[in-house]
Amino acid sequence: MAGITQTARAGWLEPAEEARSLWRQALRRMLRNRLAMLGLIVVASLVLVAVFADVVAPHDPNAQDCATGALRGPSAEHLLGTDGTCRDVLSRLIHGARVSLSVGILSQVAILFIALPIGAAAAMGGRLVDNLLMRFTDLTYAFPDLLAIILLRQVLEDVEVPGGSLMVIILAISLVGWVTVARLVRGQMLSLKEREYVAAARAVGAGGTRVTLVHMLPNSMGPLIVVLTFGVPLAIFAESALSFIGVGIAPPTATWGGMVDSGYRAVFATPMLVVYPAVAIAVTMMAFTFIGDGLRDALDPRTR
Amino acid sequence: MLAMMAFVLRRLLWLAPVLFFVAVVTFLLMHAVPGGPWDSSGRPVSSTLERQLDAKYGLDEPLWRQFLTFSGNAIQGDLGISFQLQGRSVSGIIVDGLGVTAVLGLFALVFAVVVGVSLGVLAALKQNTLVDYLSVTFATLGASTPSFVLGILLIVVFGVQLGWLPVFGWEQKWWLLPDPRQAILPTITLGMLPAAYLARVTRAAVVEVLQQDYVRTAEAKGLRERSILMRHVARNASIPILTVAGPLAASLVTGSFIVETVFGIPGIGKQFVTSVFQRDYGVIMGVTLFYAAVIVVANLMVDMMYSVVDPRIRT
Repeated sequence: MAGITQTARAGWLEPAEEARSLWRQALRRMLRNRLAMLGLIVVASLVLVAVFADVVAPHDPNAQDCATGALRGPSAEHLLGTDGTCRDVLSRLIHGARVSLSVGILSQVAILFIALPIGAAAAMGGRLVDNLLMRFTDLTYAFPDLLAIILLRQVLEDVEVPGGSLMVIILAISLVGWVTVARLVRGQMLSLKEREYVAAARAVGAGGTRVTLVHMLPNSMGPLIVVLTFGVPLAIFAESALSFIGVGIAPPTATWGGMVDSGYRAVFATPMLVVYPAVAIAVTMMAFTFIGDGLRDALDPRTR
Repeated sequence: MLAMMAFVLRRLLWLAPVLFFVAVVTFLLMHAVPGGPWDSSGRPVSSTLERQLDAKYGLDEPLWRQFLTFSGNAIQGDLGISFQLQGRSVSGIIVDGLGVTAVLGLFALVFAVVVGVSLGVLAALKQNTLVDYLSVTFATLGASTPSFVLGILLIVVFGVQLGWLPVFGWEQKWWLLPDPRQAILPTITLGMLPAAYLARVTRAAVVEVLQQDYVRTAEAKGLRERSILMRHVARNASIPILTVAGPLAASLVTGSFIVETVFGIPGIGKQFVTSVFQRDYGVIMGVTLFYAAVIVVANLMVDMMYSVVDPRIRT
């Protein structure tokens, strides 16, 4: 929530009192929303687990404990048992949170960096720029997204990218996913452009860039935050689905999608191996969806 | 009406640049993928043979000329031949896969509409009761469970633990129709997300209509509840429901490849995944172009639907 109050403070310079109370009202509505708070608690715990994965995880996620053996059930040493190559399932689950959260959050940051300039330029740059950028957006929209991600992922396979296949996946998801966000930014800015306070800012001599950055950007933040929050579970889904199919993050890195895949191969012997990562993915996606729902309800001007 | 036809025509003309753009990008991407079609077949190919194969299929020519050849043939409906499946044409592979994907998608759509709309209506009519809460819970769970997770959980429960249903395969028994037992789990898996989505949209739409003045008027006139529901509520609430049906149908086609991979169903999506691994260039191009066309047409139908159900929206 810190982000919202920050932008509120940075952005609303003129009617400061009213603006702060608008964001504060949203914050209050958000705090009252039990599902959203539940989602926030789940996500916060996941972030902690992911950041301190090395400390929290009882074992090295890639260490093979062949003394215990493969596909063993829960024991004191391995609380959730071992997988098909004698690795500790719980530790892999914990490290998998790292991958899912990084993909979910970083991809949305990247999407913001692509979509914001394109959307803003389309709204503010005159008809020709608008037409060109929006036709380009339409073209990209027609691309079947998961197929494009798979192709991009394969293209970038041999390219040396810092961060390896994790960054490749994030890049591929962002390059495909920015379109809807860019359209939203454009729509927001077009409607804000007609508002009185923007005209007023122009009248007192504020330039185009200043008007865009100081007056319009903070005011289009609400819907943008909502749509990016909903983008997080979609990105987590894309990564885990691709890792499940085998075109995601390269093994032996522990990912939930990859764990579902390897567990699926042993589903008749140890069905629980598939259930743990499956539940982890579903719970994480649900938590972000709850937060998104809560933010939307809190920021929706119609409920004001 | 004339304006409508002009609109549809303009949007259909738009299909040409879209397909061209998708074709160029896919072509470049696919050739940028390391490796070629000959080194994935399992047996290593000598460099002499590789050159001969390249020459035979025109892969030794510059990329732009290959693209021109492909485009020229594609416009005439010839997507070339598969590099991996001996003697199969790409169109044939797509048509076969499409038969499977379309049937699965249709099953899933029926499942989604029946389950989603009835749950949504039920929840709206019995607002804030147990029925409502259960239906909202179902919608929330269904919307945030990825298809492959749901599919595998269903496999674990009904295939492995209970042993009721087969977990793999799709044999066409009667023309395009599979063994119904094989179809149950994939249908639920693919249909769950749209069902959850439809339940949400339907509930919201019906709740909104129920609060309208004309419903209260109808009640005040003493109309029977049944006829209020059929005449006034159903007709008006169907507007938002119909408008989401288009993208949902498109998502059933383009989103099915994960479900197809989980259940080993030989649909068009599974063909695509296989063809990327095998660098089967023709199949990659064909499937991507087909999907892009589906997306454009689905969006066109959505926009048409908007202006038909709500005349205030100008096309």
